[in-house]
Amino acid sequence: MPNENSLAGCSSAPVLKERGQHEVFCGLTSIIWLHRKMQDAFFLVVGSRTCAHLLQSAAGVMVFAEPRFATAILEETDLAGMADAQLELERTVAELLSRRTDIKRLFLVGSCPSEVIKLDLATAAEKLSEKYFPRVNVINYSGSGIETTFTQGEDACLEAVIRGLEPSEEKQLLILGALPDIVHDQMLRLLDQLGLKNVSVLPQIRVEDEVAVGSNTYFICAQPFLGASFDEMVRRGAIPITAPFPFGANGTTAWLKAIADTFGVSENTFKAVTDAPRRRAELAIEKVSKILKSRSVFFFPDSQLEIPLARFLNQECGMNLIEVGSPYIHKTLVGPDLELLPETTTLSEGQDVDKQLDRLLLGAPDLTVCGLGLANPLEAKGFTTKWAIELVFSPIHFYEQAADLASLFARPINRSEKLKIGRVA
Amino acid sequence: MKLSVWTYEGPPHVGAIRVATAMENVHLVLHAPQGDTYADLLFTMIERRNHRPPVTYTTFQARDLGSDTASLFKKSCIEAYERFKPELLLVGASCTAELIQDDPGGLAETLGLPVPVVPLELPSYQRKENFGADETFFQIVKRLSRPLEKTEEITCNLIGPTALGFRHRDDITEITKVLNSMGIQVNICAPYGATPRDIEVISQAHFNVLMYPETGEMACRFLERTFSQPFTKTVPIGVGALSDFVKEVSEIVGANEINAETYSQLPWYSASVDSTYLTGKRVFIFGDGTHAMAAARIARDEIGFEVVGLGCFNREMARPMRKLAASFGVDALISDDYLEVEKHIQAIAPELILGTQMERHIGKRLGIPCAVISAPVHVQDFPARYSPQMGPEGANVIFDTWVHPLVMGLEEHLLTMFRDDFEFHDQAGPSHHAAHSPSPKSELIPEAVTEGDLDHKIIWLQDAEKELRKIPFFVRGKARKNTEKYAQNNGYSEISIETLYEAKAHYAR
Repeated sequence: MPNENSLAGCSSAPVLKERGQHEVFCGLTSIIWLHRKMQDAFFLVVGSRTCAHLLQSAAGVMVFAEPRFATAILEETDLAGMADAQLELERTVAELLSRRTDIKRLFLVGSCPSEVIKLDLATAAEKLSEKYFPRVNVINYSGSGIETTFTQGEDACLEAVIRGLEPSEEKQLLILGALPDIVHDQMLRLLDQLGLKNVSVLPQIRVEDEVAVGSNTYFICAQPFLGASFDEMVRRGAIPITAPFPFGANGTTAWLKAIADTFGVSENTFKAVTDAPRRRAELAIEKVSKILKSRSVFFFPDSQLEIPLARFLNQECGMNLIEVGSPYIHKTLVGPDLELLPETTTLSEGQDVDKQLDRLLLGAPDLTVCGLGLANPLEAKGFTTKWAIELVFSPIHFYEQAADLASLFARPINRSEKLKIGRVA
Repeated sequence: MKLSVWTYEGPPHVGAIRVATAMENVHLVLHAPQGDTYADLLFTMIERRNHRPPVTYTTFQARDLGSDTASLFKKSCIEAYERFKPELLLVGASCTAELIQDDPGGLAETLGLPVPVVPLELPSYQRKENFGADETFFQIVKRLSRPLEKTEEITCNLIGPTALGFRHRDDITEITKVLNSMGIQVNICAPYGATPRDIEVISQAHFNVLMYPETGEMACRFLERTFSQPFTKTVPIGVGALSDFVKEVSEIVGANEINAETYSQLPWYSASVDSTYLTGKRVFIFGDGTHAMAAARIARDEIGFEVVGLGCFNREMARPMRKLAASFGVDALISDDYLEVEKHIQAIAPELILGTQMERHIGKRLGIPCAVISAPVHVQDFPARYSPQMGPEGANVIFDTWVHPLVMGLEEHLLTMFRDDFEFHDQAGPSHHAAHSPSPKSELIPEAVTEGDLDHKIIWLQDAEKELRKIPFFVRGKARKNTEKYAQNNGYSEISIETLYEAKAHYAR
């Protein structure tokens, strides 16, 4: 039990900590969106056939003939001696960079096998950076399943990027987290309307988008899974701003307000900028969320978006929370959302999937948010499910997407009500 | 270290999961890090399975490595047994667990579980998915089979179908029908749908039908050695192969008169006048060895295509594939490098690709029609309707599937007539496809694909370039390449309309 303090809601509630089978993706999976977001970057996973297979299976479709990610598959010979593996890696990188002259940032991404054989990617990255300076910047991080869960891959990547940022004492706002383009632009528009100058975003879309960090840097996370990046920013002297995450009308308002207050934006300006889109979002949510009201929801751990999304579903859509599972709970980051959850919510961290499925049967929720491995088997048993991965890929942040976010949860319930033919699989 | 963009096969433990998932009352405990559970979604999403694959992953993390991953494995085994009560437990390791050398087999042995435990050796850094399936099923058969009297009536086993296989579900039904029409009953089908108890009586069948050599050959060879059960060598995909298969089965069971229901529409459809437009179309064929070799025979002998390229991604089938390709007068492409396959296709510029989902993507990029004939599978390869590849209905399905991406016969003739018509032109695509668009599209086939191969640059004169565009798009790439080659061989530096037609006459088939 965490020590008693005066915080409200769920922030001091006991957390069910479980260790058993984790039905989750590893951190490599985040390459699927990171490589689209960073347009001059290439992600080279140093791993096994399993890593390569995961990347193409999780991506679902192969839209790009030659995507900006690949796997250097370790073979028997690489496992025999470490010196060989370093040379092999240099050869592989040379092969890659000679074919892809458009690459300016190369991420060497560690995997379970490369971590277990203790392949030193940090030294490799340093050597390669020197060799290819100034054309290519080589950075390493680990997306291995033994260290990272799904979205933590983005966290590890950003942490490595932050470590390499130049120092700067200029007063600025830095926003952490990869967002879909449309959301990214809306966010920058809102901040601009609030009168904020000197706003930058990590990860940078292109390497030329220079970002620096120092003790006059204020930062806020746009995604709740950036715990290690948060800590690294603090180490670099930057000042954190925390708030509920910008989901729904309330979340977005609270997130923007925290920034506005930090930068001394007047109450009048804040209202002038946010009132209209907030009201628009509230009305839109109300229309879409009728079907969600008073229904219950159960979250399996997936992306660490669970707590902020549960806050949105409960506070803004009127849903009842049965269990909110998260792979990892970073209390500083999600604290403001936790405070707004009802005290009765069961919070769980980590996973023992079989036991959690037992609890699901007992809880009999109207909607289950879970990974793709569980969704169809649960549908076949009569549960209505929402694939969690769509919440990571879709534009769901800020005012104009608030109703879209609600409708992602409403659609499966809607479908269950429309289908009149049973669901025997 | 091998640089890989897309892979045709997963690691060997995915093969083991395909076997475990296909069977009933079997459970696999896989020593694997968190994240390897992604494999579940292949089965639940792509194949729309209504159950989680029967796999417990130990999902160890970095902090476990320092302490005791072996106890974690033992705990997982005990809990999996208690919860799922399988009749057979499989234990193995994925690529990472192979490195920490916990010896799942030995550990499981010490637990004294009341069911047979089969340890699996899945060398992740040497072998791949098909091997994993083949090996897993062989180990199960080796462990559970025992000598039995043959059944009184003539029976056989269907060997090889797995979960996540290309049309395995429907092939089983179709081949069972064909065998029943010959008076032969199916003893068991395995791994698909079999329980461990079924495997115990595998030896009472008179022979085995090896449906998919990729995933069943080791078991069939073992059964032949151990119980003198012969197995069939012909995979009955296509009309000719089906007829050979029926003959082979008749010989095995010693029947003089062959009586099997094998009527298919394919021969008449190929002979009907509409199919004249299929004759001599240049096709490239690629997939797993079994499906690609079967497709080659159908393409040449049953539809009248010209096979201009042939290959497979699984090295295990390289030898028979090379032999077959030689008999077709082409070099076999044995490769699991997606980029190499793409380059190959670009170079030979076929009019149709028969390949996997990977080649479908290549085709989309190059503007070449493609029909899918083999795994690796995607959700589209599990249609709701009955659509086998084997047997008489399989031949019907194949005819329809292969013809579908092409412009229809009568339509193709009209295209030649109306070449420059503003609505009815060749870039509009087949009119029966959703993507059909009467508005002009940009050229899909890459221009001057062969430029790099030529010693010096050859210039296309404007008239010749214009004339080239009047040639239907599906042969334009080839025409361009042939003309350039012809010009180079004859020392021309320019290509005129004259050169274009000289080359056409030179390469006339």
